[in-house]
Amino acid sequence: MTRPTILMGHGSGGRLTTELIRTAFLPHLDNPFLAVLSDAAVLPELPPGRPALSTDAFVVDPPEFPGGDVGRLAVCGTVNDVAMAGARPLWLTLAVIIEEGTPTEFVERCARSAATAAEEAGVQVVAGDTKVVAKGAGDAVFAISAGLGVVPPGRDVGDHRLESGDVLVCSGPIGDHGATIMAARHGLDSDTLTSDAAPVNHAVEALFEAGIEVRSLHDPTRGGLKSVTNEVADRSGLRIVLDEAAIPIRPQVRAVCDLLGLDPLGLACEGRFLSWVPAEAADSTVRVLAETAPGAAPAAIGRMEARPSGGAPVVLRTRTGGLRPLDLLSGTDLPRIC
Amino acid sequence: VRTMKNPDHVLSDPEVLRGLVDEITSLANRVGRPVAFMEVCGTHTHAVAAAGLRRMLPTTVRLISGPGCPVCVTPVTYLDRALALAELPDITLASFGDLMRVPSSTVTLEEARARGRRIEIVYSPRDAVNLARKNPDRRIVFLAVGFETTAPTIAAALAEAEADRVENFLILPGNKIMPPPMAALSADPDLNIAGYLLPGHVAVISGWESFRFLAEEHGLAGAVVGFAPADVLRGVADLLRQTVEGRCEIANLYGRVVDGTGNTTARTLIERFFEPATTEWRGFGPIDGSGLGLRPEWRHRDAERIPVELPDPVEPVGCRCGEVLRGVVDPPECPLFDAGCTPDAPVGACMVSAEGSCAAWYRHDRYGEVV
Repeated sequence: MTRPTILMGHGSGGRLTTELIRTAFLPHLDNPFLAVLSDAAVLPELPPGRPALSTDAFVVDPPEFPGGDVGRLAVCGTVNDVAMAGARPLWLTLAVIIEEGTPTEFVERCARSAATAAEEAGVQVVAGDTKVVAKGAGDAVFAISAGLGVVPPGRDVGDHRLESGDVLVCSGPIGDHGATIMAARHGLDSDTLTSDAAPVNHAVEALFEAGIEVRSLHDPTRGGLKSVTNEVADRSGLRIVLDEAAIPIRPQVRAVCDLLGLDPLGLACEGRFLSWVPAEAADSTVRVLAETAPGAAPAAIGRMEARPSGGAPVVLRTRTGGLRPLDLLSGTDLPRIC
Repeated sequence: VRTMKNPDHVLSDPEVLRGLVDEITSLANRVGRPVAFMEVCGTHTHAVAAAGLRRMLPTTVRLISGPGCPVCVTPVTYLDRALALAELPDITLASFGDLMRVPSSTVTLEEARARGRRIEIVYSPRDAVNLARKNPDRRIVFLAVGFETTAPTIAAALAEAEADRVENFLILPGNKIMPPPMAALSADPDLNIAGYLLPGHVAVISGWESFRFLAEEHGLAGAVVGFAPADVLRGVADLLRQTVEGRCEIANLYGRVVDGTGNTTARTLIERFFEPATTEWRGFGPIDGSGLGLRPEWRHRDAERIPVELPDPVEPVGCRCGEVLRGVVDPPECPLFDAGCTPDAPVGACMVSAEGSCAAWYRHDRYGEVV
């Protein structure tokens, strides 16, 4: 019989642990590799190409929010990281650290939403682990996932390929996830605000299938568009000029940012990605993404240029026609007083 | 106070803005010499930077950031007292997020929290009242900083705590009001400005007439403006026109929300709880009547009355925040700017908040003309 709340005993490795895995996890994440519950999943041979491996930890507060929960995030986040390497994600591992006293039903809900996300992405969760920590030592559920995929032969995706003139296409409206989390934290109810957490690997594949020469891919997760563009500009030695008016941001996301004093360009997305493509491929990239990417409304939002000596790595052409550097966050984006 | 919808359409329409920039350029030519205006309010500093307005202006028109960034003018001694209170076992501090990284004589609130002190970030003073309700065995001390704009919400929180008898809700009074430091600035012979862009949000509460003394007593032009790019540019154009015509008046260009007398309900609420007090401003020192102290009948809510041991105040060596706040030097003239003092590791308070002059300069202007 399943207990209503997680006890320290659920992490003991004894009967309660087995019960938790069998009742909360296996019914949802069932597949032949996981079902044997052995020490390691032994997998079939990889398809041809270069393996791509990624891992990520998820400690979101609140652990459940409109449009998802930490389970869905753990799958989408890692699937998307693997896909950003140009790889086809195949298998995931999922470990959860549960705080004593968490409702068992919530743990099961996370497992179920992880399974749903895995199904959407077409990947299997083939190994897992559960640990329980004392009340106060965690926050409901922390999740850690790893993902393995394969970059098909002939594909080369990365910032080393970026050239001046390349166009940056954003797959959909940005900041939905970050705004949803901040709104939930501050008790701002909105019927229209939901996290964008979703796997994007199918949309990435669609770009390659359409024959588009994808030079680089990144997902604007932590730190949002600001961080990812600054990182890419740093690595490439070029500068990125973003067109503020072209960056898709939903009005409800803007409203939350206005209320809380946050910058939408610094908000995390969990189901959006940026593609760098040659200028002549920008239109077809937008077309393909309009049909395949979660969230719809893709847009070309900027381009790569040679960086003038001493110039800023990322420059924003503002809606008003001014230019300004787009700097990284320092620490967390703290709300302002007035 | 922020509006839910960006008044995007007209107020940040590139065509409209180009028209305003053309007007400003021709007025600046008529002035015929370099001229500087001070934007008093930190939200203006932020708005100017975020829209990239500085680069749209002619090089002879300079905008200087004034003392209207609440965290920037909060003195070291206020933070020292807050940190000392946090050492008491039954006290939880509740603070606006901006204050968390402001340097004190010892550590920041953020560092103190990492060391286990109980410090919570709240968005509204009423969140702090709720925190007090949820933790009846602890005293919740709200760090009451900000200007005329936050004072009414703090007074409302006090009123709520009184009405509902939430006895464990206290504040550490640190609120300030704008006119006294502006009077001090206007009398400063080092200050070389032709006029002020006046804080629209403050004027919503206090009314634009509260700034008339600037024109009447100090002979300085002023324009009360809103926070959209076109608002700011209209203000600059108005100040230039006053300069050209040799006038000095207070123009209210934010008529959609500001009137002459302001919000009397808010002011009545403030007066119920607060009275004028001498308070210290970082960069200015103590200024008579520039602060809001709790009236004696609310002393049970006054955390300043809790005895604590305070360290000797330590101001960062070399930091020129004070002169930056008075508009006497630009941030890069400080020896610490981008050399030991950055938004990642701020030494002076002006480098902390996004609306601090140094932080805004660091983020938006340190690349100079290269962008």
